[in-house]
Amino acid sequence: MSNPLKTSLLTLDARTKKRNAAETRFRAYGIAAIGAGLAMLILLLVTIFGKGLGAFQQTFVTLNVPLLEEKLDKNGTRDLEKIKKVSTFGYAPLLKKAMEETLTEYGIETNLKSKKQAALLSKSAAAQLRNYVLANTDMIGETVEFTFLANARVDGYLKDRVTRESIANDKSINAAQLDMVDALLAAEVIEKRFNLSFITGADASDQRPEAAGMGVSMLGSFFMMLVVLALALPIGVAASIYLEEFAPKNWITDIIEVNISNLAAVPSIVFGILGLAVFINSVHLPQSAPLVGGLVLTLMTLPTIIISTRASLKSVPPSIRDAALGVGASKMQSVFHHVLPLAAPGIFTGTIIGLAQALGETAPLLLIGMIGFIASNAPDSVASGFLDPNSAMPAQIYEWAKRADPAFYERAWGGIIILLVFLITMNTIAVILRRRFERRW
Amino acid sequence: MSAFWLTLTVLVLSALGVVIGRARAVSVAGGDVRKLHSLPKYYGIFVGFTVLIPSLLLLILWLVTPPLEQVSTQPRMFVVLGIAVLLMVLSLIRITPDLRARNAVERVVLGLLITAASLAILTTIGIVLSMLFETRNFFGLHSWKDFFFGLKWAPNFRGDSELSILPLLWGTIYISLVALLVSVPIGLFAAIYLSEYAGPKTRGVSKPLLEILAGIPTIVYGLFALLTVGPLLLRTFGSGGLLGVDWMTGATAVLTAGLVMGIMLIPFVSSLSDDIINAVPQAMRDGSLGLGATKSETIRQVVIPAALPGIVGAILLAASRAIGETMIVVLGAGALAKFSLDPLEAMTTITTRIVSQLTGDGDFASPETLVAFALGLTLFVLTLGLNVIALYIVRTYREQYE
Amino acid sequence: MKDTSMDTIKISAKDVQVYYADNHAIKDVNVDIADKTVTAFIGPSGCGKSTFLRCLNRMNDTIDICHVEGDILIDGEDIYDRRVDPVQLRAKVGMVFQKPNPFPKSIYDNVAYGPRIHGLARAKSDLDEIVEKSLRSAAIWDEVKDRLDAPGTGLSGGQQQRLCIARAVATAPEVLLMDEPCSALDPIATAQVEELIDELRQNFAVVIVTHSMQQAARVSQKTAFFHLGNLVEYGDTNQIFTKPSDPRTESYITGRIG
Repeated sequence: MSNPLKTSLLTLDARTKKRNAAETRFRAYGIAAIGAGLAMLILLLVTIFGKGLGAFQQTFVTLNVPLLEEKLDKNGTRDLEKIKKVSTFGYAPLLKKAMEETLTEYGIETNLKSKKQAALLSKSAAAQLRNYVLANTDMIGETVEFTFLANARVDGYLKDRVTRESIANDKSINAAQLDMVDALLAAEVIEKRFNLSFITGADASDQRPEAAGMGVSMLGSFFMMLVVLALALPIGVAASIYLEEFAPKNWITDIIEVNISNLAAVPSIVFGILGLAVFINSVHLPQSAPLVGGLVLTLMTLPTIIISTRASLKSVPPSIRDAALGVGASKMQSVFHHVLPLAAPGIFTGTIIGLAQALGETAPLLLIGMIGFIASNAPDSVASGFLDPNSAMPAQIYEWAKRADPAFYERAWGGIIILLVFLITMNTIAVILRRRFERRW
Repeated sequence: MSAFWLTLTVLVLSALGVVIGRARAVSVAGGDVRKLHSLPKYYGIFVGFTVLIPSLLLLILWLVTPPLEQVSTQPRMFVVLGIAVLLMVLSLIRITPDLRARNAVERVVLGLLITAASLAILTTIGIVLSMLFETRNFFGLHSWKDFFFGLKWAPNFRGDSELSILPLLWGTIYISLVALLVSVPIGLFAAIYLSEYAGPKTRGVSKPLLEILAGIPTIVYGLFALLTVGPLLLRTFGSGGLLGVDWMTGATAVLTAGLVMGIMLIPFVSSLSDDIINAVPQAMRDGSLGLGATKSETIRQVVIPAALPGIVGAILLAASRAIGETMIVVLGAGALAKFSLDPLEAMTTITTRIVSQLTGDGDFASPETLVAFALGLTLFVLTLGLNVIALYIVRTYREQYE
Repeated sequence: MKDTSMDTIKISAKDVQVYYADNHAIKDVNVDIADKTVTAFIGPSGCGKSTFLRCLNRMNDTIDICHVEGDILIDGEDIYDRRVDPVQLRAKVGMVFQKPNPFPKSIYDNVAYGPRIHGLARAKSDLDEIVEKSLRSAAIWDEVKDRLDAPGTGLSGGQQQRLCIARAVATAPEVLLMDEPCSALDPIATAQVEELIDELRQNFAVVIVTHSMQQAARVSQKTAFFHLGNLVEYGDTNQIFTKPSDPRTESYITGRIG
């Protein structure tokens, strides 16, 4: 049975050519698939940073506000209780006056009414003014320089989100106001600069996107992570030590193992339902509290930590255990004195990755009520940090995504940048830990 | 005294027990620790555990027992602290050189380890029981026939709701299918390229880069669907769009959610398949190459058929992920429960309805709210079934080549 | 032993060097392998005999760090020429491996795999014929003819190895390379495969790597002894085993090294 056609190896026959073409095509599919995956990653990152970086800059208006005595303290008694009676509405005329004076000072002509002029400022401006006056009653009667947040529309105009075309149906701003913004911009009364309070500040009502910040929800996430760390790490390590070192090989152990690998794949929202039913409805823990969020995320993170801890315990060679047992240590001593320290880097790496996963998780938090309100009060003590209603970073982002104002969308993307910075930092630490302490036996 | 401070006091007491217990062990041995059965520190820990564990258990019991919750905190403090001090004295008296303190301590530690390990079981039981209980309440208020076999999802807070899971299940499955159609070919081809063709350098760079996609939180994908992909599709398929057709009316749609979920699942499919393809023995490839097969013929006709069960397992795991995914569909899929084949229409899923029924203002005892637990239980059973099958297939596959 | 055209040179290797990264694995190997002959490569493990065998059908191409220098000619054509496609070469130079490695397919599909990818059969009947002929020539037809649809992995080790030989024969090669084909088999299966090798000689040039000197003596007409990457001695099997000219060969054969 020899080949009837004696062919030379140096020339490719037609069939081989065809097969090689198929080979090249197949290879190209592989490259295309990887290219598609990487393109998605780039598109995602470009979108996030393109749309989110704007949130770190904000438009401010600098005005000299005359703190008129006749408006704030009619009797001139400087009695704090009396001054407190003046609500933020009482401060509005001051803002109008300050705006008018500024326009005159720079010779800017406009036929807008003073109310429309002052509408360029954020609705938080009056409150900012009032807080200042209540803290500095002696300044009443003087003229003080203030830096106010500009209205979100003005901010959007400076960031090209709001254009003269797009405001056609917008009641809150008109072309004349934009003309005024242009003039004030030229006069450097309005300027765009870095906005720290987006990172440190509290959430604001849906009327004032320009004042909303991530700070309070970051604290919420922080307290949740404390709970997760304090519970998931010890419980996860203890469970892994038992399963890996002590558990007899029987059906109960088998069930626990199968159970853990399945829990790792249970949809996160199911943990939210569990949290709602058990921690809130049965145990009556406070709704929306980071403590509850932390408990739910602990249950969710445990399987991840257990799986990675067991892997690192498994990687410690049995000879180490034998050596310890050989010099008369008890089984417990050999595990706690020798195996556990050697497995520690792996355990910490797994824990950090588990924490990062928990930090970005949103779905269960929706069900235990960490959304749907304005997380505006920073906790004032450790107990309030755990127990008072708060939001969390991903829940805050979701909340902003639902408020149908493009100004909030920008903040949602900006919030994602902050969240990603945390996640990248945590994962980098995990990678460094692994590289640094990786041991080959 | 609040529960927090009481816990702290108990902790301090047991720490004190550790110190005193250790000192007492040394003194009963007359300063010669060799006379003791165990190292002195074990006597200390023995006392510490004896104080800590019963007092804390008592406190927890007190906190969760309804009739005792009403009692003021004063007696609670006295009872708990009294017991703690009593236990400390008793355990200190028990210390003699012959006391096997280390064995006692190790038994307690083992008990703690077992407790931690059983928490996994407890969680599962908790999930099942909490949902079963509320689901039973739901079926008490609403016909189970309508839930499983009805055709309409129309919650109505005045009553008379039609709450059938079927339209939601259809939306869930449809969106998951779209997601798998995106992620399986891309993920599988990426895995094939990475494991069979790529050199160590390409592999070292592209694999971690692809895996970044898996580490991005789902809220980010949700936002991406709602604010980027949805509007992009609308500009393409909507009226006055690039194609000049009018097939799409809103940014939220099956395709929006499915596409984005597909992107999310790419690294999931690729890294699972990568592991599985790598488990195919090299001898199998050599056999094929030695017969003059090209690499792609080897992959298509030998490696993939050999890896098929594992790949099917990986796809099932990805499907279970897709079915349980929440944030992408909450933000990207829309809220319309209907049977439709049009991928450009908004549709809703089981997870989105769970979120909306439980975050609304409805009465907690109404069927409209309780239905969320029945949905959750169905979702749990569905994903659990998929996972069990998938993990079983993957495990049998691995054992075959070990 | 039937005397066929033993003097036609099938493969000719000149100054072959093989490097694994910086490791010089094969040094200056020159050898002429005759057609219709069984040539055995022997030597202690790690001596490079398998590496050299894998050069003959360019299986080393699949290892990135491996690098081959020198000329290997088959029928006067350099197989490392840029124009040569290893795929076409391997159809001409078949290979059987150390561990039986049937594909996870039916027995029939295992044997039909090569003919299918190389397009050797025009119709189903042609393919059936090739499969039967190959299984017969691998002396396994009678054992499997009733269960051609059964998976190849379900056979015993010896049967699997003969199936792999049938699979290699089915692509109508001119040279058959065997890399320790009996090392994973029991003595009875080994005897069957050895018998088969002797029969295959009528149609192919067979090159077999073996760690067993007895096996080399039983099946081969020519023997090459490798040591530390060098081809120490090459000649008629009888001569190598009875009066080796190199002291290293003698030490190996008498069991002093290896």
